[in-house]
Amino acid sequence: MTNEKAVYSLSIENLTKIFGKRLIFKNLQKEFRTPGIYGISGPNGTGKSTLVKVMAGLISPTKGKVIHKKGESVIPYEEIHNYIGFAAPYLVMYDEFSAIENINYLLKIRGRVPDKEYITSLFKQVNLFERKDDIVGTYSSGMKQRLRLIFALAHDPDVLLFDEPTSNLDEAGKEVCYEIVKNLSKDKMIILASNEQSDLVLCEDITHLETYKK
Amino acid sequence: MLKSSLALFLKDVYSELRTRYAINALVMFIIVTISVILFSIGNEKISDFLTGGLFWVVIFFSAMSGLSRGFVSEEERGTVMTLQLTAKSSVVFTGKLFFNLILGFSMNILIALLYAVVFDTFRISSLGIFVCIFILGNIGLAVSSTLIAAIISKANSKGTLYPVLSFPILLPLMMILVDLTKSCMGGVILQEVMVEIAILVCYDIIMLAASYLLFEFIWEY
Repeated sequence: MTNEKAVYSLSIENLTKIFGKRLIFKNLQKEFRTPGIYGISGPNGTGKSTLVKVMAGLISPTKGKVIHKKGESVIPYEEIHNYIGFAAPYLVMYDEFSAIENINYLLKIRGRVPDKEYITSLFKQVNLFERKDDIVGTYSSGMKQRLRLIFALAHDPDVLLFDEPTSNLDEAGKEVCYEIVKNLSKDKMIILASNEQSDLVLCEDITHLETYKK
Repeated sequence: MLKSSLALFLKDVYSELRTRYAINALVMFIIVTISVILFSIGNEKISDFLTGGLFWVVIFFSAMSGLSRGFVSEEERGTVMTLQLTAKSSVVFTGKLFFNLILGFSMNILIALLYAVVFDTFRISSLGIFVCIFILGNIGLAVSSTLIAAIISKANSKGTLYPVLSFPILLPLMMILVDLTKSCMGGVILQEVMVEIAILVCYDIIMLAASYLLFEFIWEY
């Protein structure tokens, strides 16, 4: 990644998503910039996860576009994954590998050399260090969610897209997650899609998706 | 890109060694198929050329049973999104292709060895040319199977769709391979089969180019 200190911006221009005949959201217009914590809220089924996936380049919008920029240079679509960290309850890790193997393999596939010290610090931060060599298939749903947080942070991305980041987490896990979000918000862009008031209270700007239905 | 693709290939190899998702099914399939052919022939004397044709029939159905696993297992386990967030489409395709090439070659070498042991009539006179077409055929088979596996992994009826979709794409390859194998059994010289070998090379190149062009659309949308 070049231009390390440049401001990262994510612009949403006239975004519309329709599944079949069902309108999810329409003409969504927004700009997010580093640093900051931004929220996306709305009742169940308003398209929070869909919007986060569109922002991550995982699904394409029906109309409009999402532009990722670092400084003045637009990041090509096929390179977006290198700049974003993504964590969501529906993200699945490889059950047959241990947590540390998952992170190391995925970093190598990304073309990065795993930084042992940094990875260890992440495992310690989310209180998963003692179980890092256990097979993920034996993990509880809360532990899997902690692993997803490590996956999102392992390559030190500019943008963090968290869809219901505290889902499945106990109180201690939620506190760890909030601490990570607060620490990273000093120089990164964090987008939280959630219904939890305790998640949204961290955000400086909240997009209410139910207002983009007409 | 090559480094990332190799990392994905190694991840698949380690995953396969732990789960035995494809290897067990493939080995069993190969043994059962060759046994069925053996029992159905009984004491009948079959022509040399028929065994050459049956050899590629076994390879085709073994490929249909095993080479889709790379993509289908990612889709079934729900890890596709994790890969999409980790690598670009060309890296994923190359990694999966490496895996299918190695799996395909290992599987087909096992078939060839079993075949040579079991069938007395399967004797190759032009071994050098046969090795050449065996390599080119395997590359074509692996490339086509990888692309089709990516397509069918998105469908509901994966098992039935795979051979159905593969058949028209692999038919020209199989016809040439069967023909060339017969020629090799009869003791052909290189000059006589240069055109067929050139067609095999073209098939591999066309399928490889088409796969890289199409895969991005299959993978990302």
